[in-house]
Amino acid sequence: MIDDLVNIVRFRARFGRQTVAYPEGPARFPERYRGHPALDPTRCREGCRDCADACPTEAILDPGLASMRLDMGRCLFCPACVQACPEGAIRFTRDYRLSARTREALVVRGDAPTLAGALEGRVTKVLGRALRLRQVSAAGCNGCEAELNASGNIQFDLSRFGVQFVASPRHADGIVVTGPISENMRLATLKTWEAVPAPRIAIAVGACALSGGIFRDSPAQGNGMPGLPEIPVDLWVPGCPPHPITFMDGVLRLLGRVKAGELRLAGTGIVEPAPDP
Amino acid sequence: MPSRILQTWNAEAVDLARVPLLALPDFQQIVADVVTAGGRASACFGRSDGDGQVVLTAVLADDAQGKLGVLSTRVGATYPSLTPECPSLQLFEREIYEQTGVVPEGHPWLKPVRFEPPLRAGVDPFGRGSAPATIPAGYPFFRVEGEEVHEVAVGPVHAGIIEPGHFRFQCHGEHVFFLEIVLGYQHRGVERMLEGGPDRRTVALLESVAGDTVVGHGLAHANAVEALAGCQIPARAAVLRGVALELERLANHVGDLGMLAGDVGFLPTASYCGALRADFLNALAEICGNRFGRGLIAPGGVRFDLDAGAAQRLAAKVSTAWESVQASVHLFFNSPSARNRTDGTGVVTREACRELGLVGPAARACGISRDVRRDHATGVFRFVHVPTITGETGDVFARAWVRLLEAERSADFVVRELRSLPGGPVRVPCGPPAPGRLVVSLMEGWRGEIAHVALTGVDGRFTRYKIKDPSFHNWMGLSLALRGEQISDFPLCNKSFNLSYCGHDL
Repeated sequence: MIDDLVNIVRFRARFGRQTVAYPEGPARFPERYRGHPALDPTRCREGCRDCADACPTEAILDPGLASMRLDMGRCLFCPACVQACPEGAIRFTRDYRLSARTREALVVRGDAPTLAGALEGRVTKVLGRALRLRQVSAAGCNGCEAELNASGNIQFDLSRFGVQFVASPRHADGIVVTGPISENMRLATLKTWEAVPAPRIAIAVGACALSGGIFRDSPAQGNGMPGLPEIPVDLWVPGCPPHPITFMDGVLRLLGRVKAGELRLAGTGIVEPAPDP
Repeated sequence: MPSRILQTWNAEAVDLARVPLLALPDFQQIVADVVTAGGRASACFGRSDGDGQVVLTAVLADDAQGKLGVLSTRVGATYPSLTPECPSLQLFEREIYEQTGVVPEGHPWLKPVRFEPPLRAGVDPFGRGSAPATIPAGYPFFRVEGEEVHEVAVGPVHAGIIEPGHFRFQCHGEHVFFLEIVLGYQHRGVERMLEGGPDRRTVALLESVAGDTVVGHGLAHANAVEALAGCQIPARAAVLRGVALELERLANHVGDLGMLAGDVGFLPTASYCGALRADFLNALAEICGNRFGRGLIAPGGVRFDLDAGAAQRLAAKVSTAWESVQASVHLFFNSPSARNRTDGTGVVTREACRELGLVGPAARACGISRDVRRDHATGVFRFVHVPTITGETGDVFARAWVRLLEAERSADFVVRELRSLPGGPVRVPCGPPAPGRLVVSLMEGWRGEIAHVALTGVDGRFTRYKIKDPSFHNWMGLSLALRGEQISDFPLCNKSFNLSYCGHDL
C-alpha cells in the first residue's frame, strides 16, 4: 500500500509539469503542422486552378485570380492544394489562431491573421471568469471530440481559465457543437440548446460543424450549423479537427482573456518542414 | 473454403464476373457451413443488380489459411434468416433489410440498424414517406416486465464529450438484466457518397469514417484502390504506413487505459496517460502535420517522407514516451483497489465471442487469436510480424491488459522500423481502378478488423463501396458484457470496448 503511494509520487516527480506554456509562453507545434493559410495569387499561373481542383471540399474561391480566397470553414487543412501547386501560391503557416466571430470572417485572402474578438457587453462579465459548456456531437467523427477532450487534460488544462465541460445542458452557459448535424441528431441538438439557460453562447467546432465539411451536401446531414439557424453561433473554430490550442485560443479570445495579436510559436526540433513537392 | 466459391486474398482485385452467383439455398448452406465450422463472415451486403432485384454478396474469411471466399446470390422479397443458426450474421441481415428492404424471415431481432433512408427507391422497410424522419421515438425496445423492474434511458446526448447513441437498461435496482444499444444518430451517408468515385473527396471521406481510425480506414482504402489499379507501392511507403497504423493503435490504447483508470477513480494513471497519449498523436503530426494522421496516406504511397535524422529523433521520442506509459500504467494494474473494479467485470465468454464474431482486442481478450496483421497480412506486415496477444478471462481487466501488451508490441515495432527505414521513394503514381472488379481489403485497426469491399463498374467507378468497421460486430459484445452487472459499471465496461458510433453508423 505504502509502496504504491511512493511509486505514484516518484512517477509524478519524474514526469514533471506537463501543462503547455500557452498562453503565457509560446505554443509548441510540429514544423509540419498546417495552421492558418497564406495565399499569394501573384504567383499563380494564368488560368490555373490546380489547387481548387485538388481540394476535397471546394474551399478555394477564385483560384488563379487576384481575388483568390480560401474558406477556412470548409478547409480540411489537408496538404492537397499545397502539393498541387508548384508555384507556392498557397501554403499553410503554423499560426494556430483560426477562430472567428462570424462565418464570413473565415473566408480569408492574403496572409493576414484571423483573430476572434471578445463577446460584447454584459455577457463577458457574466461568463468571462467561469464558463461551463455542454458538448453536442452531431455526427462528429470523434476527431473533434477527441481534441475537445484533450483540451481538458493536464497538458492543455482548459479548466485553469475557468472553462469546463459539464454533463448537463441545465448546468451549462453554452454548447459546443461538432459534426455536420446528421438528420438523426438534428432534434437532439436543438433540444440540448433549448435546455441551456440564457445568457448562453454557441460554439461550432470543426469543418463539419462549420459547413458540413467533407460530408457537405450529403442528404443525411444538414451542412453544419449554418443549416441550423435556430442556434446563433458566437464562435466558429475551423480545423479537421482543430488543435486543442486552436480551440482554447478561440474561447479565450471570445472571453477577452487573450487579446494580443503577436504570434509566439516554438518548434519541437524533431522533424523538419516537409520539402517542397 | 468450398471450391465452388471464388477464392481470393486480402487486397487482391478479382474479375467481378468470376464471383459465382449461386442459388439461394446453396449460398446459405455454404455461409452457414463456413461460419459454424469456425470461419467468419467479414462482410455481407446487398446491392441492386440494375433490374430492381437484389444481389447479396458475402465475404468469408478463413483466418488459418489466410484465404477469403466471395460468393453471391440473387434474392426476392424475402429469404429465410440464417441468424438463428449463425448469430454473428444478425446485424448483416438487419443492415441488408434496412438498405434494400429484403426481409430475412424468422430473424429474431429485426430492428433498425442506423435508420438510414433505403438504398432502393420505393422500398422502405420502415414505411417512411417523403418527409425526413429521425430515429423513431417508437423504437421497439425489448422490455423486462415485473414489479420493481425499471428502465434507465441514456443518450443520445451523453454526459461526457462522446458521440451520440442511446442505451436502454432493464434494471432491478443496480442489477442490469439487459442492455439494448440503439445507434444511427451518426449516420452521414458515407457509402452513398463514395459511389461514382474515386474522386477528390474519396480519401478524405474514408479518413472520416471514424476520426480516431484515420490511418486504419485510410490504409484499407488505399490497399483497395492500389489493388484495383495494379499499383505496387515502394517499400519505404509500406513501412511508413505500418508505423502510422501502429502509432494510431498506441495513441488510442494508451488514451483508453487512462480513461479506464479515470472511470474507476484512479487519477494518477488517468492524468498521465491523457498526456502521454499526445506523444503518439504528436508523432503522427511530426510526420504529416495532423495529430490523427490525416493527409498522410494516399493511393500510391504516403504524402510525406522523413529524413534519416528525423526518423531517429522520432524513434527516440516514441521510445521515451513508451517507457513513461509503462511506468504509469503499472501504477494502475498494481493497485488492488483498481483491480478490484476491473477483474471479473463485464465478462464476455469465449463461446459468446465466437458466436457473435467479435474482432480485435475484444476477441483476443476472450482468448480468440485473431489479427488481420498476421492472418491476412499486407504491406509491411508481410515482412515484419507483430506478435498477437491474447487474454483468457474476457473481462474488463483482460481487455485492458491485452491492449497494454499489444501497445507494447506496437511501440517496439515503431521504434525498430523508424530506425531501419528502407531507402527509395515514398510514393508512385497510382492509375485509375480497372473496370468490372471486386476487391476485399482488410486491415487490423486498433479496434479490430476493418473490411472494405469495393466494386467497380464498366467505367472503373465505384458502383458499391461497402465499409465494415470493427464496431459493427463488437457493439453486441458490450451489450452482453453488461448482463448481470451493476449499472454503475457501465462506463467502465463501455470504455474497455471503446467502440465507434460513427464507424457503425457510416
